[in-house]
Amino acid sequence: MDINPVFLLVTLIKIVAVIAWIYGLLRVVGHASKWVKIGGIIVAFLIVQLAISVPIGSSPILSNFDSGLLFQACTMTMVALGLNLIYGFNGQFSLGQWGFYGIGAYAAADITYRWDNYDAAGLLVAGLGVVLVGLVILMLNRILSRMRGIPVLSAFTLYLIGVIVAGAVALFIGAAIGQALTPLFGTEEAPGFLASALMAQVVFFLAVLIAGVFAAEVSFLFGLPVLTLGSDYFGIATLGFSIVINTLMVNSDTILPFPEMKGGRGMVGIPKVTNWFWAFLFLLLVIIVMRNIVHSSTGRAVMSVREDETASKAMGINVANYKLLSFVVGSLFAGIGGGVYAHYIGFLSPGTFDFLVGFNPLIIIVFGGLGSMTGTIVASFGWIFFLEGLLRVILGQMGTEAPTWRFVLYPITLLLMMLLRPQGLLGTVEWGFLRQREVKPRSREESNTVPVSIGAAPAAK
Amino acid sequence: MLDTPTTQSQPMTATAVTAGTPVLEIRKLTKFFGGLRAVNDFNIAVHPGELAGLIGPNGAGKTTVFNMISGLYMPSGGEIVLQGQDIAGLEPFEVTRMGVGRTFQNIRLFSNLTVLDNVRIAYHMHAGYSMIDAIMRNRKFDAKERELTERAQDFLAIFKLERIQNELAKNLPYGEQRRVEIARALASNPRLLLLDEPAAGMNPGEIVTLMELIHFVKDRFGLTILLIEHQMRFVMGICQRITVMDFGEVIARGTPKEIQENPQVIEAYLGKGAAHA
Repeated sequence: MDINPVFLLVTLIKIVAVIAWIYGLLRVVGHASKWVKIGGIIVAFLIVQLAISVPIGSSPILSNFDSGLLFQACTMTMVALGLNLIYGFNGQFSLGQWGFYGIGAYAAADITYRWDNYDAAGLLVAGLGVVLVGLVILMLNRILSRMRGIPVLSAFTLYLIGVIVAGAVALFIGAAIGQALTPLFGTEEAPGFLASALMAQVVFFLAVLIAGVFAAEVSFLFGLPVLTLGSDYFGIATLGFSIVINTLMVNSDTILPFPEMKGGRGMVGIPKVTNWFWAFLFLLLVIIVMRNIVHSSTGRAVMSVREDETASKAMGINVANYKLLSFVVGSLFAGIGGGVYAHYIGFLSPGTFDFLVGFNPLIIIVFGGLGSMTGTIVASFGWIFFLEGLLRVILGQMGTEAPTWRFVLYPITLLLMMLLRPQGLLGTVEWGFLRQREVKPRSREESNTVPVSIGAAPAAK
Repeated sequence: MLDTPTTQSQPMTATAVTAGTPVLEIRKLTKFFGGLRAVNDFNIAVHPGELAGLIGPNGAGKTTVFNMISGLYMPSGGEIVLQGQDIAGLEPFEVTRMGVGRTFQNIRLFSNLTVLDNVRIAYHMHAGYSMIDAIMRNRKFDAKERELTERAQDFLAIFKLERIQNELAKNLPYGEQRRVEIARALASNPRLLLLDEPAAGMNPGEIVTLMELIHFVKDRFGLTILLIEHQMRFVMGICQRITVMDFGEVIARGTPKEIQENPQVIEAYLGKGAAHA
């Protein structure tokens, strides 16, 4: 048992550097000047890009192992931010986030896998499918919101029928067009236009977005009836959802018509398209969208549901809608994270999406602070780098079976955290971009223009 | 800026409500909880500009009536007519959108949000921008968000809360929490305001201030107010007409003076025989 102190020190420095990088990134994104903002984002991107690609001596500053952690941390951030919106901001205890992550990963992987094998139908069916389903859901939502007193299960049935019809139409049309496009791929020797490297990137981008929307639509259908349950029952139902999804993954080649997913043996041959540019782009997108939602009237409505459902109803807020909204947006983030992850790792196994692993994002958001976006981001990166990176290696040096001790140390760390700092790592502190712009109380002169003398003001009507 | 709260773009003042038609008319309202009859055959008419009181011993069903008006409970029977429209059985948020604001017996503020955000949430239904606007942070978002914040600040100024606008609601003393709750209810721009025990837990000095405040907002915003209260001094001092409930039924109605002399009311509060003692 000998731990290399240099390794320990270097890893700790790396963790601090990563967190400093997050701080810097959030500061520049929140900067008032447009040019500083854009320049800062590019610099933040380049710093990491150089650190993972330019070798100093034998290996770059961030070795292959480190950059693997980095990509994992990025996807974990997206998943955890989504869960924080659902649990931390909206107050709905969900264990289903990992399931939506898995859905996103498998959906995106299947699209690019098929494309890689000269089959455009995957992309077309999925793309057309999510668009049509989205339109049907929006249309039905319009119609149903005008009617009153429709039981939630009837509404659910209506949505389900609509979704199945839209899906069938997409399948029919998408498969037909996909067939017609096959010649454009060319052959192995003479690759056609669709088989070009550029198209692979475009398809990847689309696949990740489609996977996100697909996960969001699944969460809409699932959440519609289930969100009417009280908080604890909702948690159990979502746990069930995670298990169902995992079971479907294990049997994806037998009971689902996806032989390429290879069931429990795991899906191989997913093009490894995710590079730092894509991971960074999607991470930034998720962070910006999340922050813009939270710091708006919509976000305040979402938070009011967490604080007091009754009062929020009395304030004219459609509580059921806002629960559904945050659930759907949270799942969208998870789906996007899944898509990015699948194309980084290149191999998907149902074991990765086991519901036990699914507690990780939950632990992370509790660790980082419920309702704190900065906390979630820092905790995601810290969690991956510290526990998966440092601890795993150190324990690995202590014996072949020692890494199993991680699963003892995780809960202990969490317990200590809950005891010593129940509000989470950062509490409600937000950095730079994520901080809510404080509205200054108006100066005395301004306030004096409003008649505050009670009883003295004339009737205004 | 001076009188923004009163010139909001809602049609509430435009609806022609003649003095004769009540703002709120409840007919034969009944509520069962299992076999328990919490409210039985409750009738009331509240006229525009009126300050009506609803009193009664604990468990008389007053808050149940409020919860049915605001849509939190589904009535077992009867009608609740708000400005000519039956609102019985509507969702709470729909009732609020039709112009009913309320406060709660045990304060229900959004504790972990700031005072300003508490009031801004009441503006949500009139925010005027969608989530897409918020994500894009476009001009519409900026303009509407600024407008909404200014209106909320106007309200805070009226209630002398502007200096603590960035405090978390849970950190405020009790009296200020009450005021925030009333400010929040008013920000939802009601025509009819339901106050559930606004003076609970206040000392005599605070009660006097509260009475002035209620008179002030009633005149300033052209409100009709229905309130539940236990503090007799407060009710008798502020209400024009009082309805008394006991065991889910109306046992008396009239002016404060009439109620004070009503033997049935005295009996309900003090027990049988007290009226003749």
